[in-house]
Amino acid sequence: MQAIATRFNYLFRSTRGLVLVAIATVALITAIWGTLSGPMVEWGVRDITVKLLGMDLQAAQREGRLIILYHAIAITVIAIEVYFMTELLPMKRWEQLFINATITIGYLLVAIFGLAFAYFGHNYAFHGLFLVGQSLVFFAGVLLAYALWPWRKDARLPKDSPYAHTKSGIDLERTAFFVMVVATLASAIWGAVPGSFWTNGQETFLAEDIIRLPHKTYLQKAVIGHLHIMLTLVAVAITLIVGRWMDFKGILHKIAMPMMIFGTIVTTTGALSVVWLEWAHTTIYVGSTFIMLAALFYVIYSWNKLIKDRIAELGIENPTFFQKIAALVHDPLKFGTGWQMVFMNFTVSGVGIFLAVKLEDIFRVWPHREERITLTGHWHILAGLIATIILLYYGDLSGLKGKIRKWYGWLIIIGSDIAFASATIFSMKRLFVSEYAQQPLVNTVMLLMDIGLGLVLIILGIFMAWRLIDLFKGNGVWRQEFNEETKRTAEAELREQQQKIEELQAKLAEVSQ
Amino acid sequence: MKRTLFTLILLALMVSGCATTSAQEIAAPYFDTGIDSNTWVTIPAGEYPSGQMSHMVFVDTFDIMVTDVTVAQYAEFLNEALASGAIHVGDFEIHEGENIRQVHGVGGYYEGDPFDGYDHEEEVKAGDKIYVPFVDDGSLRLTFDGKTFTPDEAYANHPMTMVSWFGANAYCEYYGARLPKELEWEKAARGTERIGEYGLPYPWGEEIDGHYANYYASSDPYEKVFGKLGSTTPVGFYNGKTYNGFTTHDAASPYGLYDMAGNVWQWMGDDYPDQHYRHMRGGSYYSYEIDLRVWKFNSAGPDYYSPAVGFRCAQN
Repeated sequence: MQAIATRFNYLFRSTRGLVLVAIATVALITAIWGTLSGPMVEWGVRDITVKLLGMDLQAAQREGRLIILYHAIAITVIAIEVYFMTELLPMKRWEQLFINATITIGYLLVAIFGLAFAYFGHNYAFHGLFLVGQSLVFFAGVLLAYALWPWRKDARLPKDSPYAHTKSGIDLERTAFFVMVVATLASAIWGAVPGSFWTNGQETFLAEDIIRLPHKTYLQKAVIGHLHIMLTLVAVAITLIVGRWMDFKGILHKIAMPMMIFGTIVTTTGALSVVWLEWAHTTIYVGSTFIMLAALFYVIYSWNKLIKDRIAELGIENPTFFQKIAALVHDPLKFGTGWQMVFMNFTVSGVGIFLAVKLEDIFRVWPHREERITLTGHWHILAGLIATIILLYYGDLSGLKGKIRKWYGWLIIIGSDIAFASATIFSMKRLFVSEYAQQPLVNTVMLLMDIGLGLVLIILGIFMAWRLIDLFKGNGVWRQEFNEETKRTAEAELREQQQKIEELQAKLAEVSQ
Repeated sequence: MKRTLFTLILLALMVSGCATTSAQEIAAPYFDTGIDSNTWVTIPAGEYPSGQMSHMVFVDTFDIMVTDVTVAQYAEFLNEALASGAIHVGDFEIHEGENIRQVHGVGGYYEGDPFDGYDHEEEVKAGDKIYVPFVDDGSLRLTFDGKTFTPDEAYANHPMTMVSWFGANAYCEYYGARLPKELEWEKAARGTERIGEYGLPYPWGEEIDGHYANYYASSDPYEKVFGKLGSTTPVGFYNGKTYNGFTTHDAASPYGLYDMAGNVWQWMGDDYPDQHYRHMRGGSYYSYEIDLRVWKFNSAGPDYYSPAVGFRCAQN
């Protein structure tokens, strides 16, 4: 009983454990729901899954099912990012506990009851619990915004701090996190209002299906704004998180953080104002340019740091170009976070900008289905890239070392990049091949997509199996992580208590005089 | 050694992906479905469950073709219209945003659409429009010797493809008919029956597999020849018959129409204000099954043509 209680404490009361549970949740959803589409349909696996689990897949409800599936995965990913934030950013222990507990119950309700409602018969009690879950996640966001309040005195930085800050010591990185959280809360409302209006899932549509309607309602536009900005903000969050992981600081940090804050505010305003402004896109372009530049500064900083640290470790005094490259790619986990951001420019941002610039001349000449593939392709790729960055970071947190660390990192990078590059070629195929002659190209890129994604999923599967087996060990990695975190949080709590005691003693002394 | 092996395996997989033979290099099998493409059916006036959410909508009575217009029928039209001077062979302009592309083919006059100058609205001016381009990549299933259009025998009973909306509209109007409106088409496809909350998602009912319709990876005899993306099947192919060992279900709609899901997208007659995209319904041989649901639509400009787009006519 004690063994179960300890493991339960690890899984639900430590950051590493909470992240593990959330990644396992996404992995499980991917493993099951991944069998309902793509080659799994052709191989007959979908029919087996549907029969085995007793799924109810009415054709008219497909769009609604997908919306809930997206929410189940996206909100779990948001929970993972929140866990990272509550560990990385200074806040009070009770704040961390409240936020983590609230969002954990929230995302589990969303994932479990959302999917139960969508795929196993429309039980509206489940839908209610799905909404309760989303409300809890929103409330956790409010708590997080409170905890990250940048103007609190104990979060101020000294004047000579190498991290971006104002003259009065306000931590600009913390402010960037805070702005991102507030923007996410506002954007959640943009999704909640139309969701409620369309009778909570009874009338459903996917944004990519209405893209060519010349006259969209305010609420349809709100949905389009909501989904775009949410994914962008999830990307902003992971960029800030890995920045903290790599100890992003110095002059580039001081330039990047104001840019990230400004970019986040402008992009969010643009995406949400799409509801009533015809030129909202221009605002989005301005804002996203700043966000992307901030990310670029992170990449420059982190790659430079990787090269310097490795060269110093090897004791090379005058490194050659190739020695520098070797140093850069020595640790795929740390190198990969920046690389995936660079790769994103070719498969997401580049495609998006090209699409916007050539909309009338190319994409609107293609049939709607082709335009839809490009639209859905580029945001699925962005979501996938974010997921790989999380996996790379979590690989490091799990203490992967040596060859296993290299295999894990490189296979995630190579597998995902093969898949995403192939998906990009597939989505843009009409630029270089006609419909009649496309079969060889389609076959090749589809195969490469399956191989790439398969590779990432296999690695994830092996990793999760290792973490599961480890939980059965009395003194496994989990125990080490739990002990370290218990020690760290106990020390932090002690510091908090001592500070509180000093404050109270000072007050007593003040009134006693 | 390990690296070499990995590279070789990867290359082998890529080559195997590229190895599928393109359609023009292989002869297509010929199947007689026994369905007469000249047959029409009357759809009675009344309400039907419309769209994804099956809201009841009234549609007046109309007639509609039981199958898509075939290559043979279209070739016959081109010959008659050419002889009567209603159409001509030459170069036609295709507008792609601000770019203009010249295409050689057969076409005729169109009176244009009302233009409001709305954001993203592409103007469709009066003038000569392309009906069918003379492309030589094998996608066009009829030939022109300077005088006469002749259908490719292997595809004579397949739906006419590589035809623009202008070409489809001209065919129907030439014979005193018109392209069906979207609501008409949907009613003809799914009928009036409701199962639970919703109308039929597919013309034959709720379930779909490769024996009902021609769609991506549906394993029809043409996919065995041409690969997973396959090709069109003859009109009325899914009628319960067995072809070379491939069994089909009778996939007619409640009103007896064939190919209302899969095979080729079908041009619709509606011109929507402020955009002028023409909608298509039904999904095609390289659509996923989700696009075969009767309420789903695709869209493109009226001068778009494709090996996966055809049409059928309706009349009052």
